[in-house]
Amino acid sequence: MSSSVFEYAPAPESRSIVDIAPSYGLFVDGEFVDGTGEPLKSVNPATEEVLTEVATASEADVDRAVRAARRAFDKVWGPMRPADRGKYLFRIARLLQERAREFAVLESLDNGKPIRESRDVDVPLAAAHFFYHAGWADKLDHAGLGPAPRPLGVAGQVIPWNFPLLMLAWKVAPALATGNTVVLKPAETTPLTALLFAEVCRRADLPPGVVNIVTGAGETGRAVVEHGDVDKVAFTGSTEVGKSIARAVAGTRKKVTLELGGKAANIVFDDAPIDQAVEGIVQGIFFNQGHVCCAGSRLLVQESIHDEVIASLQRRIGTLRVGDPLDKNTDIGAINSAEQLARIRELSDIGEAEGAERWQPACDLPERGFWFPPTVFTNVSPAHRIARDEVFGPVLSVLTFRTPDEAVAKANNTTYGLSAGIWTEKGSRILKIANQLRAGVIWANTFNKFDPTSPFGGYKQSGYGREGGRHGLAAYLKGHDA
Amino acid sequence: MACMTHVLDPDALPDDGRALMAPLPPYDDVTRSDSAFRAFLHGLPGVDQVGAESRVAMLGTRSIKTTSKAWAIDTAISMVDLTTLEGADTPGKVRSLAAKARRPDPGDPACPHVAAVCVYGDLAGVAREALGDSGIHVAAVATAFPSGRASRAVKIADVQDAVANGADEIDMVIDRGAFLSGRYLDVYEEIVAVKEACGDAHLKVILETGELVTLDNVRRASWIAMLAGGDFIKTSTGKVNPAATLPVSLVMLEAVRDFRAATGRQIGFKPAGGIRTTKDAIKHLVLINETVGADWLDPDWFRFGASSLLNDLLLQRQKLRTGHYSGPDYVTVD
Repeated sequence: MSSSVFEYAPAPESRSIVDIAPSYGLFVDGEFVDGTGEPLKSVNPATEEVLTEVATASEADVDRAVRAARRAFDKVWGPMRPADRGKYLFRIARLLQERAREFAVLESLDNGKPIRESRDVDVPLAAAHFFYHAGWADKLDHAGLGPAPRPLGVAGQVIPWNFPLLMLAWKVAPALATGNTVVLKPAETTPLTALLFAEVCRRADLPPGVVNIVTGAGETGRAVVEHGDVDKVAFTGSTEVGKSIARAVAGTRKKVTLELGGKAANIVFDDAPIDQAVEGIVQGIFFNQGHVCCAGSRLLVQESIHDEVIASLQRRIGTLRVGDPLDKNTDIGAINSAEQLARIRELSDIGEAEGAERWQPACDLPERGFWFPPTVFTNVSPAHRIARDEVFGPVLSVLTFRTPDEAVAKANNTTYGLSAGIWTEKGSRILKIANQLRAGVIWANTFNKFDPTSPFGGYKQSGYGREGGRHGLAAYLKGHDA
Repeated sequence: MACMTHVLDPDALPDDGRALMAPLPPYDDVTRSDSAFRAFLHGLPGVDQVGAESRVAMLGTRSIKTTSKAWAIDTAISMVDLTTLEGADTPGKVRSLAAKARRPDPGDPACPHVAAVCVYGDLAGVAREALGDSGIHVAAVATAFPSGRASRAVKIADVQDAVANGADEIDMVIDRGAFLSGRYLDVYEEIVAVKEACGDAHLKVILETGELVTLDNVRRASWIAMLAGGDFIKTSTGKVNPAATLPVSLVMLEAVRDFRAATGRQIGFKPAGGIRTTKDAIKHLVLINETVGADWLDPDWFRFGASSLLNDLLLQRQKLRTGHYSGPDYVTVD
């Protein structure tokens, strides 16, 4: 379809709506303040252009932030009437909606994701999380978690670069709704929407210290996690870092939730709606360049329809539009960083070396920036590393199965257990297979759909605790281990 | 799909000696009996409605601007089957529609002409005469349009009459009653018979998807029409709501795509009814572009069945050329 007579003219979203300052400080106690660490540069991964310089919070800076959060918890946010806490959250949600375009453009600039996704998924969902949790603020007695549930105190939160604003919302909204205050560290490559969110907190007149944002790299995150006055640690990111956090908080009184990696199976039975399954496979692995912890990175397809599905899939992938994240017609944007690109390349090369067959569509990639074409590996065996390791990129590994039992066995044969997909027109099969899969989120005849009412979290090395829904509230309340 | 198997096939041979025109290989045996045909049609992959809707919603966000918009508008104009199907139609009305078909925008000779004029069969001769050698086709609806509730002999006579009057395209309706009661072979045979009565005229088969309701039914009816030799499959008569919705168009485009992949024969597609704005038309062009590709972006393979759409296309075309919107008095009423 590359010979199309219907070429879409460039349709770039204007970046003039965002006003990026040359440098940013930390957001502590309601003020923007300088950090004492060596500043970081935030780069547009689509062009390698330096967008701005961002402060690094040292241990002392983090300590100031935690003390501000503690003061706010003791004096203002903790004692506040729950209905009033809800008002602040509603206000933040509305401000996110009002400034949605600004957030979307900034997210695409800083992260590299297509504007279609930041505009239609990330930002609306982030607002939805605040609306949802705003509603809970004065109804916690009715959440089924016992009478008068009590907040924990100060939450230290560390979030990843794949959904910067959305992961912030997943962390901040339930923490505030349940009466906690937060110190949040955004990812070092994508701090900008968190800093714009700080601006929103000020605009919402959120009392100083309720939300503190400390930028920086791994050391800053460690300082947040290990701070002695943090009551709760919430982390989303790699399993490797998650393990070190689990070790760091072991033996302390801190509560912890971890949302880590995944290697989800997307299971396509021979009675599946094939055209929609192909869409779901594409959505499962190429959404957000595959930088998704619950990505459907292992396609398990019934042997009898393997060739038909792969042919359809390849034809469909040939229509994906890779390029400028700000173009409204772009389907696949830039890889978030040079480091991540190197990892995707390395694992793909290993896949080929191990004997899997690599397929990529003919597509022109921009010269500057970090890019990787959508990739499908066939002839993958469960013993191959691309069938076991999380690539966190637009790389799909295709395996086959013959019977439902074999599908379940292969799907569960992973150290992860975050999500899975089932494709079949047979309802009874969906229920049976879903009961047998060890994964926290299971989609049937769809994939990568999110909603604030639905708890999200994993089995095994995908972490523990749940975010979203009533289960997510429990993770921020006393006596309710998620 | 090329290797469909039939598990239910108790009466593999037709018992009434009917001589049917066999479909193209590899499907030449699927119409050998009612049960074989049913097994084949019900063995086609299902359609998940939620998935189909979210796919077209995503394609609906494509932003078509500047040069691509100009191309899309001219292409859409050249694909219009300009239609009048009213009880009040007269030769005068058809003649003025034909004039509009030849020069949609009298003020701009560069504006392309439409693909066809679509009328009832008794007025096909008037349309033929008015269109002369313009290259614009004369399409006539037939087979007891729009309900299709008449005996087969009447339907065939209707088709023969329209062809004799000068129609070179016949838009027939399928027997939805037969389809919904599971008599798929009856539906098939009727299309085969109509195709034969068409002679050299192209046959468009209207499924009336608003009465079939489910997307699974739309896919099955599409396959019946394609196997029976239809040249185009068409969504609707325009007399039933809903008519040409995007999910229906998606499923029908998938059908023509899969049919060509299996048999080598390309079938055209015509959404009709409910497409009123340039935006709707462009969404359809995007849908074609990203579902079946450029081979169908041609009036020989894709048509819009519409009446009011043309004027909106013309207004948008003027807007692109002049930079400002005009108004309904700057395009002709018909």
